Order: sequence, then structure tokens, then C-alpha cells
Amino acid sequence: MKNLVILGAGTAGTMMANKLRRALEKDEWKITIIDQFKTHYYQPGFLFIPFEIYNKQDVIKPKSNFIPPGVNLIYNEIDKVEADDNKVHLTDGRVINYDLLIIATGTQTRPDETPGMKDKLWYKDIFDFYTVEGAVALQKKFKSWQGGKLVMLITEIPFKCPVAPIEFVCLAEAFFAKKGMRDKVEITYVTPMSGAFTKPVATKMLSELLKEKNIKVIPDFYLERIDNDQKKIISYDEQEIDFDLLTVVPTNMGSEMIERSGLGDDLNFVPTDKHTLQSEKHENIFVIGDAANIPTSKAGSVAHFAGDILFENILSYIEGRPLMAKFDGHANCYIETGYGKGALIDFNYDTEPLPGTFPLPGIGPFGLLKNTKINHYGKIIFRWIYWHILLKGKELPVEADMTMAGKQKVSI
Amino acid sequence: MAEITVNGKSIQLTEDGYMTDPSQWDKDVAVALAKADNFELTDDHFKVLEYLRKEYEAGATLTIRKVGKSGIVDIKGLYKLFPGGPLKFSSKYAGIPKPTSCV
Ligand SMILES: Cc1cc2nc3c(=O)[nH]c(=O)nc-3n(C[C@H](O)[C@H](O)[C@H](O)COP(=O)(O)OP(=O)(O)OC[C@H]3O[C@@H](n4cnc5c(N)ncnc54)[C@H](O)[C@@H]3O)c2cc1C
Repeated sequence: MKNLVILGAGTAGTMMANKLRRALEKDEWKITIIDQFKTHYYQPGFLFIPFEIYNKQDVIKPKSNFIPPGVNLIYNEIDKVEADDNKVHLTDGRVINYDLLIIATGTQTRPDETPGMKDKLWYKDIFDFYTVEGAVALQKKFKSWQGGKLVMLITEIPFKCPVAPIEFVCLAEAFFAKKGMRDKVEITYVTPMSGAFTKPVATKMLSELLKEKNIKVIPDFYLERIDNDQKKIISYDEQEIDFDLLTVVPTNMGSEMIERSGLGDDLNFVPTDKHTLQSEKHENIFVIGDAANIPTSKAGSVAHFAGDILFENILSYIEGRPLMAKFDGHANCYIETGYGKGALIDFNYDTEPLPGTFPLPGIGPFGLLKNTKINHYGKIIFRWIYWHILLKGKELPVEADMTMAGKQKVSI
Repeated sequence: MAEITVNGKSIQLTEDGYMTDPSQWDKDVAVALAKADNFELTDDHFKVLEYLRKEYEAGATLTIRKVGKSGIVDIKGLYKLFPGGPLKFSSKYAGIPKPTSCV
């Protein structure tokens, strides 16, 4: 009997457990999945909590609902991996041997990395919405907030779901307009990147959208510290921005378990072959989801597309065949823009987001880089798809590889 | 595509002014690239450029955080050396590709 061990039962780990249990013989492969928490969070839903569109109960379900029979589920914190000995150590002292390891421990927010972030004003005037606690605390704050300077700050790249802060300011704009207090709220979007987004065509579209909504963008701002007394954010080159209410995407880092195992880079992401998804150092370790250092978005949709590739490569690896399936970095993100509308971007390692239609060329129904009502429904339906199709590792009617069909080449 | 000539050697540049062939780099090329931006390079700048080149050749992904931990200069110092876009400018003068921030 051989052991396949999956670290992390979040989006990617759960999906792989489902796919692999269906494919591997039960009397040949034992599958174990390990996570520290019993609750599965639908993280894309966190975005909607501050605006009272969702509440906590809309984004949580027991993890065990999604782990198929025949998979051994362990709830415990992982201490470290000893890759040279093929062993996983749990914090309760248990040791689990593996023949094949999948790392899917995602990324976590680390407000403690920035001086002054997790300080006096944390969850009073400074909030994140990347954790359920932060999103719920911010919902409370917004209920009684009288207005002022609302600053959305991105601390450092990379961070998961790179469109979420843009969505956040758009939703905030609509939220305060609806409350009849838009004129009392000044919204500023502050980023270390040189524009609203990294890729040129999408940046242009998104910058225009933010401008239309009277949301100010301050690019090239790399945060050094937060002054709690004066309520200022201060960059390494000493730019200062005042805030009344600060929402942050804290530094994102891979699990500390990765650091303890000596498997990560300086942000605890695991160096991974961007095409095969095999660890660069250990051939019996594969990495999927936000935990990998591959140069594409850290997003659930990416984990989904990568899952098809990883599945094939794991079967090849087990059968001693070369790893033929190649991931192209495919990402597909709905961008909620407020007022019941949304935009959609679809891209990969080599092709930036372009305008067009998706998934059917010329038909859609979704419009790429366009702000439409139907795209908003795409985002809303995504929650259903997430719980019922994505986590269960079932097929979606969208190919893993990105396609150029339906996209228009543009030059700016 | 642009081009500059340094010591009789013609150096190809991308539209943004980054070298297309990092192996053509030498100190004179760095000085010429900086000069085009009205920027003067000191020994402290060169320490950073050499570190970047070494890491680039080793296949590392370069970030401001990484340079800040290199022991050569901290992040604040890096901003002082290359104001306005430390990694963008240092990469340019180091003759390596423009840093792509991953999304
Ligand atoms: C606000 C927000 C909005 C988003 N919106 C979208 C969107 O619209 N579309 C989209 O595609 N994606 C979106 N995402 C991103 C998406 O949620 C993540 O990319 C996805 O969940 C990544 O899956 P993963 O399995 O890699 O990591 P996760 O789902 O985070 O799972 C990692 C798991 O590992 C466990 N773990 C880590 N370390 C240890 C340890 N030491 N011991 C035991 N267990 C451990 C954790 O408990 C966790 O369960 C959003 C994210 C956020 C925060």
C-alpha cells in the first residue's frame, strides 16, 4: 500500500482529494489530507461581507462535507515536512510517511510583517477583509461610520486574488452612494504596482473605471509603516497618506510550515515548475494553489485549471511516465464593479487579459474586459459552482488551457 | 526597439530601455544607460547591480523584499539609491529584464 498525502484541505487540496480518490485504486493508494481547521471558507465571499451582501454563515461549511469517503482526513496543524525522509510531522507528535506529497497550504495574511499594522487601531480603524474576522469587523464599522478618508492599501505583491481590492473600492463606492453619503467619503486606492493592475490592457480599462467612479489611484507606493497616532501610512521613500479608515491587504506569505520545512522562498512560497507543478527540489512533491511560486494569479480559478494538469501529471508520475501535461498559467477572474455589474478577465503566463467574449467565441455570454450585468451574475453563480463543482473536482465546461478564440488583440 | 552604442559595441534595448541581451552588460554600459536618465552611478549602486545580476543568472525571482534582505542594502537604502522605482531602475542599469510583477 502506498501513501499519497495532501497538505491543506482548502480549495486546491480538497479538489485534488476528490479527483485522485476517483482515479486511484483503494487497495493500492491510501490518501490522507491534513488541515488545521474544521471549517472551509469560501474566501471570494469575504469581499461581500463588509457591505452586508453576505454574512459569515454564507461563506462557511464544514470541511468534512467535501472530503470523499475513502480519504483519511486529519485535523491537526502540520509542523513540518522532512522531504529527504518522506515524512510529515504534525504538531501533536504524529509522523506520517508519504510516497507522494501534494502541498496545498495556500497563503496567509501577515499583518505582523508591517510595523504599526496590527497595533492600537487594528479592527478599530484598520481592517483587512482577507479573513472572515476582518470582514465581519469591517461590516460592523461601516454600519456606523460617518465618512471621511477611506484608503484601500495593498502592502506587497504577490497577494491572492489581485482584483479583490479593486472590487472592494468599487463596492464601497456603490455602498456609500446608496447610503446617501458618497459626498462624505473620499476613496483612495494605494498600490505598490505602477498602475491599478499589472497588465497594460486591463490596467487601462480598470483605471478608466475607477476614474469614472471618482476613486483616486496612487501607484508606486511601497508601505514601510503605519503611524497609528497620526493616522498616516508611510512609504519607504517617505510619501505619507492620511486616512480615517484604512483597509489593507497585508503581506501575503505561504504557511510558516513551509519555512520550518526549508521548502520555500523568502515569502514561504514553494519553488515549483510552472508547467508541470512539480517541486523544483523534490520529484515526489507537487505543489498546487496559492502555495506555489508560479508566476500567475493566486486564485481559486487558477487552482481549478491547474488541478486538471496536476491530476494528469500525478498519474503519469505514478506510472513512471514523463510529465506531459503543461500548465499555461490560466486565470479567469470576475471583477465585481458595483451597481449589479461586473467585468471579467481571462489570461495566462503569456497572454495578458484582452477584450472579447467568454467562454464561447463571439457569443459569450460573458464579456471580457467589459462592465456588464451578466458578468456580475457570473460572480454570484461562482459561489454555487465553487461548493458544488469546483471543490468536488468535477468538470466545468471550460478548458484548462486558455484559448485565444473570442479574444481581440489590441494595442495601446 | 532602441539601440545605443557603447565603446563601439551596439546594444539592443526594448521599448522601455531594458537590454535585450544581458550578456552584453559591462560597467560602461550601465553608466551609459543611467546617463540616458540623467542618473549617476556610484560604487553603492554597482553593489546592488552586481547582486541583481548574480541573482538573475541563478534564476531567482527578484523582489524589493529580497534585495532588502540581501545584506547589501535595506529597502529604505534601496529607495534612496534608486528613487521612484528601485527595482525598475536598478534592473534597467543591471542589464536584466524589466521586473514583472506577477498577478
Ligand atoms: C477576499 C478574497 C476574494 C477572493 N476572490 C476570488 C475570486 O473571485 N475568484 C477566485 O478564483 N479566487 C478568489 N480568491 C482566492 C481564492 O480564495 C484562493 O486563491 C484559493 O482559495 C486558494 O486555494 P488554496 O487551496 O491554494 O489555499 P486555501 O484555500 O487558502 O487553503 C489552504 C489550507 O491549508 C491549511 N493550512 C495552511 N497551513 C497549515 C498548517 N501548517 N497545518 C495545517 N493546515 C494548514 C489552511 O488551514 C487552509 O485550509 C479570493 C480570496 C480572498 C481572500
